[in-house]
Amino acid sequence: MARRKSVRKTKAGSNALNEIPITVRVNGVEYKNTVQPRLLLIHYLRDVLGLTGSHIGCDTSNCGACTVLMKDVWGGEWRAVKSCTFYAFQANGKEILTIEGLARDGELHPLQKAFWEHHGLQCGYCTPGMIMAALGLLLMNPNPTVEEIRKGISGNLCRCTGYINIIKAIDAAAKEMSAKGVKV
Amino acid sequence: MIPKSFEYFEPKTLSEVVGFLKKHKENAKVLAGGHSLIPMMKLRLAAPQYIINLEPLRKSLSYIKVGGKSIRIGALVRHAEIEHSQILKRELPILPAAAEWIGDMQVRNMGTIGGSVAHSDPASDWPVVMLSLNAVFTLYSGKKRKVPASKFFIGPFTTAIKPYEVLTEIEIPRLPKRHGWSWKKFERKAGDFATVNVATLILPKDGHIGSASIAVGSVHYRPYRVTEGERLLKGAKPDLELVERVAESAASMAEPTSDLRGSAEYKRHVTKVFVKRSLIEAIERANLNLR
Ligand SMILES: Cc1cc2nc3c(=O)[nH]c(=O)nc-3n(C[C@H](O)[C@H](O)[C@H](O)COP(=O)(O)OP(=O)(O)OC[C@H]3O[C@@H](n4cnc5c(N)ncnc54)[C@H](O)[C@@H]3O)c2cc1C
Ligand code: FES
Ligand code: FES
Repeated sequence: MARRKSVRKTKAGSNALNEIPITVRVNGVEYKNTVQPRLLLIHYLRDVLGLTGSHIGCDTSNCGACTVLMKDVWGGEWRAVKSCTFYAFQANGKEILTIEGLARDGELHPLQKAFWEHHGLQCGYCTPGMIMAALGLLLMNPNPTVEEIRKGISGNLCRCTGYINIIKAIDAAAKEMSAKGVKV
Repeated sequence: MIPKSFEYFEPKTLSEVVGFLKKHKENAKVLAGGHSLIPMMKLRLAAPQYIINLEPLRKSLSYIKVGGKSIRIGALVRHAEIEHSQILKRELPILPAAAEWIGDMQVRNMGTIGGSVAHSDPASDWPVVMLSLNAVFTLYSGKKRKVPASKFFIGPFTTAIKPYEVLTEIEIPRLPKRHGWSWKKFERKAGDFATVNVATLILPKDGHIGSASIAVGSVHYRPYRVTEGERLLKGAKPDLELVERVAESAASMAEPTSDLRGSAEYKRHVTKVFVKRSLIEAIERANLNLR
């Protein structure tokens, strides 16, 4: 990981860069770093910023453990994306929300509470990605049917729970969030 | 998995992209949604020396415009934007219906229609839909050139796009409001690429089939049109026997490979089954009687 401030142009003299300055807002905090082009967003979050809540499961875009929310992907709203399939430079100028940014003033987010209450986790490895995907889904569709919840989290794998309690938790959280008008 | 080191180019204009591509040819690759290119780079199946980020051009290359005789879609429009587009749900419902079954929510939030057709995985979804709709692709290299879908998809991961060209727009001829359509994607497990995928469009005419278009993917080295079947359908009053013949003709054109998703024989069988289901659905949606 390059941390030098200077930005080197490459030998080819083609205006291509070996190091890219980026500014990213994560959970409301602004970070400025210089990153290698090949640095993946998940590694930036975990290794550079120390935000290890987002996990690496498959590392092949399949399991969703690395899911975070990002603004300005399309349509202005927060969208769930897989940060293992994303270069850090693609996040330049964008806002990101990770699992660490959900609780407010020591109070768990309705989704976190619902996962706890409905036993929506066992080992917990998939949970951060599962919750961020669920939030991404609820922001697009605040009152999903059970079928829509199932489809919405089809990009997230859980090897422990068998999904039933995860679906119950998301359903319960959706109802609480609509009732209380909770957005993010 | 860590991709091989590469250098980064951030263009301000499309001309800068083309200039850079002309200089570095195959050594440079444009990055759209990254949902084919990044996995390939992580597996080191691709190791371009330069990556050109198209994101700075998002404003000018991301639009859905319906007007006159065509629907025009910018290359950087994401799958999810098509899935949730209200105007497309009314105008050309096969597009949102197909988008909905690409990968998963996160993949659809990033992947672009332009990236998908440029990548041209023989098991991907947009190429099949585009072929059924007679889409036309605009390629830019300082000047514009238009290539119809029938000449665009050349083979696995191979299209008419030259190394120094950028796909900028997809133009789809508008269909009359009352058309029948069907998108059938058969996947082995949720979010998978298709085992077989079929796009069918029917234009009804006085209780008959005026014309039909059927495209099939994933069971051949590139998506194909069921030309003989389309000819049989033209002007016909559809019945189940005709549907059966068209489906057989579609399956006989397939040259699938045996892999994790099934043997060649099995895939030819599901091709027939899914063309049949697709055709029946499109005929019903066209409000035609199926005898
Ligand atoms: C887990 C997973 C599941 C998936 N499931 C499906 C599925 O079910 N069906 C399906 O169809 N696809 C599926 N995909 C692929 C996905 O749709 C990709 O988004 C798409 O194939 C590529 O689009 P992109 O914008 O991500 O392109 P990128 O990955 O950025 O680029 C792909 C290629 O196209 C080139 N390119 C991109 N844009 C342009 C342009 N404008 N002009 C010229 N060249 C260009 C790039 O240089 C690169 O070679 C899946 C992907 C993943 C990771
Ligand atoms: S780590 Fe599995 S999808 Fe990203
Ligand atoms: S709780 Fe263990 S993987 Fe989901």
